[in-house]
Formats: sequence, C-alpha cells, structure tokens
Amino acid sequence: MTALSSEAAPPPGRTFLSKVADLRAWLFLVILVIFFETWAQTVYGVTFVGNTYNLQSIGIFATAPLLLALGQTFVIISAGIDLSVGFTMGLAAVVSAHMANLGASHLGLPPFLSMLLGIVSGVAVAFVPGLVNGWLIARLRVPPFIGTLGMYGIARGAAYLIAGGMTVPVSNAWFAWIGNGRIAGVPILVIIAAVVVLIMHYMLSQTRFGQHTYAFGASRVAAVRSGINVGKLTMRIYLLAAVCAGLAGALYSGRFAAGAAQAGEPLLLSSIAAVVIGGASLFGGSGNIAGTVAGALVIAVIEYGLVFINVEPFWQFIAVGVVIIISVLVDQSQRKLLGGRVDE
Amino acid sequence: MSEPLLSIRGVSKYFGGVHALEDVSMDLKAGEVVALAGDNGAGKSTLIKAVSGVYKADRGEIRLDGTPISFESPQQARDRGIETIYQDLALADNLSIGANIFLGREPKRRAFGFLPVLDRALMADAAQETMRRLDFHVDRLEAPVSAFSGGQRQAVAIGRAIYWNAKVLIMDEPTAALGVPEQRKVLALVMALKEQGKGVIFISHNLGDIFAVADRIVVLRRGIKAGERVPAETTSDEIVRLMVGG
Repeated sequence: MTALSSEAAPPPGRTFLSKVADLRAWLFLVILVIFFETWAQTVYGVTFVGNTYNLQSIGIFATAPLLLALGQTFVIISAGIDLSVGFTMGLAAVVSAHMANLGASHLGLPPFLSMLLGIVSGVAVAFVPGLVNGWLIARLRVPPFIGTLGMYGIARGAAYLIAGGMTVPVSNAWFAWIGNGRIAGVPILVIIAAVVVLIMHYMLSQTRFGQHTYAFGASRVAAVRSGINVGKLTMRIYLLAAVCAGLAGALYSGRFAAGAAQAGEPLLLSSIAAVVIGGASLFGGSGNIAGTVAGALVIAVIEYGLVFINVEPFWQFIAVGVVIIISVLVDQSQRKLLGGRVDE
Repeated sequence: MSEPLLSIRGVSKYFGGVHALEDVSMDLKAGEVVALAGDNGAGKSTLIKAVSGVYKADRGEIRLDGTPISFESPQQARDRGIETIYQDLALADNLSIGANIFLGREPKRRAFGFLPVLDRALMADAAQETMRRLDFHVDRLEAPVSAFSGGQRQAVAIGRAIYWNAKVLIMDEPTAALGVPEQRKVLALVMALKEQGKGVIFISHNLGDIFAVADRIVVLRRGIKAGERVPAETTSDEIVRLMVGG
C-alpha cells in the first residue's frame, strides 16, 4: 500500500509570507500611524499618536462603522452582503430616540430607565429588517445583494417616516453619558465596542455557528451535506448583522443627543471596506474579527488623520479607496502564491 | 457464506414512464468491494441514490444487516452507516481536516470551566487518528484542506465517513478528476477500507481501476442488471460487451 504524505505543505518561507499577508490590515494601520506622526511632527511640530484626545476621537470615530462591520463580517464570510445595515442603523437611531423620549414623557420613567428603553427598542426594531433579510435570502432564495438592497430602501423610508423627515432630539443625561462619557479616560462607546468585539470574536471562532458560517461561505453543498440547517444559519447571520446595526443606531442617538434617519448612510461602504481591508474575501469563506477591527481602525485613522493634518477632507475617500484596492490585490496574490483557489 | 451487509432485491425505479432501474438485485458483504459498471444512463447513479436515501425505490427491497431499510433523506442513510462520497467531495476548503470531519457535529469543551468552545484539540487528534487508519500521514493538522492534493482530499472525504462508523461507502467516480499517481493512492485507500471490513460500492468508468480493486463487478445496462462477474474469471472485453450489449 502506498503511503500518502502531506507533501502539499508549503515551505516555511511561504507560510511566513502568508502570515504577513494575513496581518496586512494591522500593517496598514502601523504604516498610517507612522505617516501621520511624521507629518504632524515635521509640519506642525506636534504629536499625532501621543495625544490622548486624538486616540479618544479615533476610538469614537471608529465605533459605529466597526459595529456595522462586525455583523457584516459574518455576512461576508457566508458569501453574502448586507446593504441594508446603514439604514437599519438609522431606523434604530430614530426609534431609540423616540422611545427614550416616550419613556420619560408618557411612562414617567426615570432617565436611566428611559435610556434603557431607548436602547432596547433600537436593538429590537432592528430584528425586523434582519429577519426579513434572512427570510428573503434563506427561504425565497433571493440573492443577498438584491434582498438587502430592497431592505435598504424599506428601512430608509421607514426611518424617515418615523422621524417625520427630521432628526429626533433626545434630552436624557444618561443617554448623553453613554454616547459621550468616559471611564478612566476611555470613551464608553469604545468600551461597549470592545465588549461587542469580544463577543463576536467568540461567536465566530469558538462556536458551531461561527464554524458553520465559514463552511457555508466556502461550500454551500458541503454545509448542506453535513446536515447543517443552512436556512436557519442564514437567518441567524442576517439577524446578527441587523442587531449590530441596531446597537450602532441606539448609540448614535446617545452620542449626538438625536436620532437621525441618515445616521448610518455613509457607513455602509465603510463597513464593507473594513471587512475587506481586514482580509475577508467577498467570495466568502475567509475573514476574522481581528482583521475587521484593524480594518475599521485603518479607516478611522485615515479619516481623522487627514483632518488632523489639515488636508482637504475629500482625500479621505481617495485614501480609503486605495487601501481597499491594495488589500484585495494582496489577497489575490496570496491565493496564487499558496496555490489555492483564485476568485474570478 | 456470511450474511451480506447490504442486500438489494428486485429494486425498480421509474421516472414518469421511463424505467431507470428494473428489478436490480445485488449483495455487498463486509470487507468487499463491488464495482458498478455501465455506460452513461445505465442506472448506476439511480441505484446508488436509491441506497443512499436520495430516491425511494418504487419496488423491491433493500436490507442493511438483514433489516429492511427505507430512508426519507440522505441524512437518515448516513445515520445508519451508509455514506456516499460524491465526485465533488463536498469539503469546506477553508477548514482543517478535523473541522471537515466534524462539520455539523463539532465537539465542545469548557474553557475556564464555564465557557463552551470548540474542542479543536479533539478534532485534530481525531483527524490524525482517522488519517492514520487510511495510511495518510499528515503533520499540518491546522492547514485548510485546500492546501492538500486531489488524492489527499479524497482521503479526507473518506476519513469523514469512516470516523462516523460508516459500514457502507459508496464512491462515485473517485478517481475521475485525478492524475495517475493520485489515482493509485485512491485505489490504495479503497483497499484500506476493505481491510477494515467496510463494504465499498465503487463506481467507475475506468475498467483498469475496476479490475484493480473489485471483488465483483456488477454491470448495468439501460436500468437492468446485464451481468455480474468476478474479475479473475472475466476480461475487460467481456465487461465492455455487457455494458454496450450484443
């Protein structure tokens, strides 16, 4: 009998290169920080990264796109896309603002409970677009791009209707504290985002749900033949993406003391960009939470850094675009190098 | 003669007015490799799908270990120890061998005494042990299966089946998309399964492969059993004649 050996194992050099490629989002981040630090030092004679205020601002800046991107990570790993997260966030922002006001004015709740009511309502309302997306994609077999594009419009319209076409101001000290307060110098938004990151990392890397998401993204047939209920899995993935968006919306209302339907409008592309910069393939099957965190930080550093060094803000779009393209190119060449499947 | 592991008696299957299978009978014993030969459309696929729970036979009886079986789904067949390894293998390329073996039934352990997490160590150990049973020595247990060659991936798909104690393995054209050295390795895998007492139904277009591993050859032609031969007592010419008729 002939023995089979694992001769396909790549030599150590390749493994090292692929490790570097896997960490590319963090490399981008380091390069960007060095770039802005050098610029700030030479042109303005100030520090960029040594400034606590800058770090806090970047953290706050990154929170909403990161929350959207965390849910989007699961969706993209499953070879899907969720275009509706931005307006699901807007819908949640408007509803949480309304409900926090309502809790105080009609139910006579103390501010803390009104705030809780607002946050819980914002997250709860996000279940609707999440479940509908999942149902369309899992049961009616609508392509994710189309199903969630429809939900983009529906959530957008619903958010503006509920807001009455205006922003919904909230005056609630607790809510404002959640959105703007700090504990030991760390913004509360950043603390919340960090907790969600840990939960998402656990779910993706340590649970059957996460494992099945990877398998489903790589091969639907493999998942089905293994007895995985792919319908239920799809529902859960899109529900998770919507809940993340719901939380981001509720926190938005706290941060700006107002709920706005357009709260998440510019964040949809950021959320997808963060996941892709983080090393996920839009063809599914790859990606991880650490990469997404780095991807979201890369975008936040670019956006905040360019403002800090006083460059016209429009450069942000160009810089983020360039980073996305470089990231995808690295991904493609890595696949070729490892002799694996190349997305076409 | 021992009781056959799998006994197919007078199985027929119709699609509309077309008979895809007509009164086909065959036996499979433990530790035996039976090759299914036949031209395209001869009914090979229909027969294995009737055994693996994809189709229900319209007439006839299938017995596993002497008990009549009738499956509503491939999952039920799998639960009873009948595994089909399709040509496309259906592996999750981005996951490790262990993760593929356990896909859909991943083991858990408790981290820090309370947090349920995937037991990757157990999966890796099981992967190594299972691959060793197939004489397949793998040191990179964390590598995704996309890093392995065609024959090795075939071994992973087989390993997944035998880890879950499959008694009957149905292999659909396992050597088709492979180079010659890899084909030899897959044939070696089939022999390893035979030594371990599994029953193997081996579908192939390649008579060379069939003569290399089969204990018996069942030839189908247009849905009927055209003949059954023992390799030592037949020739490839005779098998081809049975396949095409005349």
